[in-house]
Amino acid sequence: MYPEDLHYTKQHEWVRVSGDVGAIGITDYAQKELGDIVYVDLPRVGTKVEQGKVMGSVESVKAVSDIYSPVSGEVIETNDVLATAPEKVNAGPHDDGWLVKIRLAAPDEIGGLLSAADYEKYVAEETGH
Amino acid sequence: MAATATPLKTTALHAIHRRMGAKMVDFGGWDMPLQYTGILEEHRAVRSAAGLFDVSHMGEIEIRGPAAGALTDYVTTNAVARLQPGQAQYSGLLYEHGGFVDDILVHKLADDSYFLCVNASNQEKDYEHIAGANRFHAEVELASDRYSQLAIQGPRALAILQKLTPDDLTPIRYYHFMDGSVAGIPTRIARTGYTGEDGFEIYFAPEHSERMWKDILDAGQEFGIRPCGLGARNTLRLEAGMALYGHEIHASITPFEAGLDWIVKLDKGDFMGRAALVRQKEQGITRRLAGFEMMGRGIGRDDYEVFIDGSPAGWVTSGGPSPTLNKNIGLCYLPADRAKTGRRIQIVIRGQPVDAVTVPVPFYKRAT
Repeated sequence: MYPEDLHYTKQHEWVRVSGDVGAIGITDYAQKELGDIVYVDLPRVGTKVEQGKVMGSVESVKAVSDIYSPVSGEVIETNDVLATAPEKVNAGPHDDGWLVKIRLAAPDEIGGLLSAADYEKYVAEETGH
Repeated sequence: MAATATPLKTTALHAIHRRMGAKMVDFGGWDMPLQYTGILEEHRAVRSAAGLFDVSHMGEIEIRGPAAGALTDYVTTNAVARLQPGQAQYSGLLYEHGGFVDDILVHKLADDSYFLCVNASNQEKDYEHIAGANRFHAEVELASDRYSQLAIQGPRALAILQKLTPDDLTPIRYYHFMDGSVAGIPTRIARTGYTGEDGFEIYFAPEHSERMWKDILDAGQEFGIRPCGLGARNTLRLEAGMALYGHEIHASITPFEAGLDWIVKLDKGDFMGRAALVRQKEQGITRRLAGFEMMGRGIGRDDYEVFIDGSPAGWVTSGGPSPTLNKNIGLCYLPADRAKTGRRIQIVIRGQPVDAVTVPVPFYKRAT
């Protein structure tokens, strides 16, 4: 369900690290909770983001949900396809539906994030299943 | 989970909603389906085929006796005297100060019998309000426990429901109803709705709910019917420009402000709230409901602030994406002299003013 190579937060974001770059997205659990996603508000390239701080938002038909950056760094790329096809976040939350790529300022932050197994356990406890 | 003081109320179809995997939501104290498969898909099903909604949380109030018409007329804004048996009417229950107690549907069964459909979370308040005004000695009953209500809405609603009844539904005109049967169950069949499409709202005894629900879904399968939740109900009614209690209308909003002049018949004789409305008509309203469409990127949502020329001017009552129009739309209160269509306004989205323009309501009108 949750890919092993991602690192997760309790706010339901993930980061996939390759070299000094982290791709960031929201989890399958988050997209299911939100429902049909119709709008994604992302930080511009060049924006400095901080771990745990709001960096954008994802909106479904019904609700707005803040995105908290799982890591600190500088935005180097945004997933521009989402401007016209935000539903890709629903269809592929862990791959095609990534939101931004960040040049990591503090790679050791990754160690404090949840593994797939821990995140899955956390979600199960949250939902009481 | 947040602790709640009182357990949520449920409809007779609660177990079915759970079994069908609906995502449930607390709607004014009721545990109701928000969506089954997705709001967009359900919304589109209603615009193109049909949708089935459990709206059994809605309340029913019956007014009976020789003075039933007099009481109903006195507590509502629309002209009850103009109703024929078998006819329904959208109307307002007002306080003496002219604000809304609720917006309701009045059905006339006979000269001595009226059937009111009222909002779920207002039903006790409505009942107390009506009973408190009952100097006519009519019989007033809060009858919600005796009814389940389903809404079957969309261009195929007639064809689907017709399969399940020996009664000819075609002659039932918009805002008319008949007492007949559906799936062999005695049913009040009203050609009313809250989606902007053709369709029916049906009332029947709760013990038949599961069979009624299943039979309608089965009959509608060949037409593409979908079970729908309150999420789609809200996007559909917003496109149709219909008011939602607690949003466009509430205790400090009058029908004139809400653009509901057509449900107020000042010439019908005395009724609750009339004096205040007459006064407001003389003085003119200071704020008015207006439709808007986002121009900039972003979605104006419920309770967001509205600015005109850099100054606070009003608030959004309902806002969100319009699946049919593929735009972001909404309703808002503006100063009455600035509510004309075509005006540039700004919706404050997370601290940032984003351009929008006022547009005519309804946003969507079905081809007839």
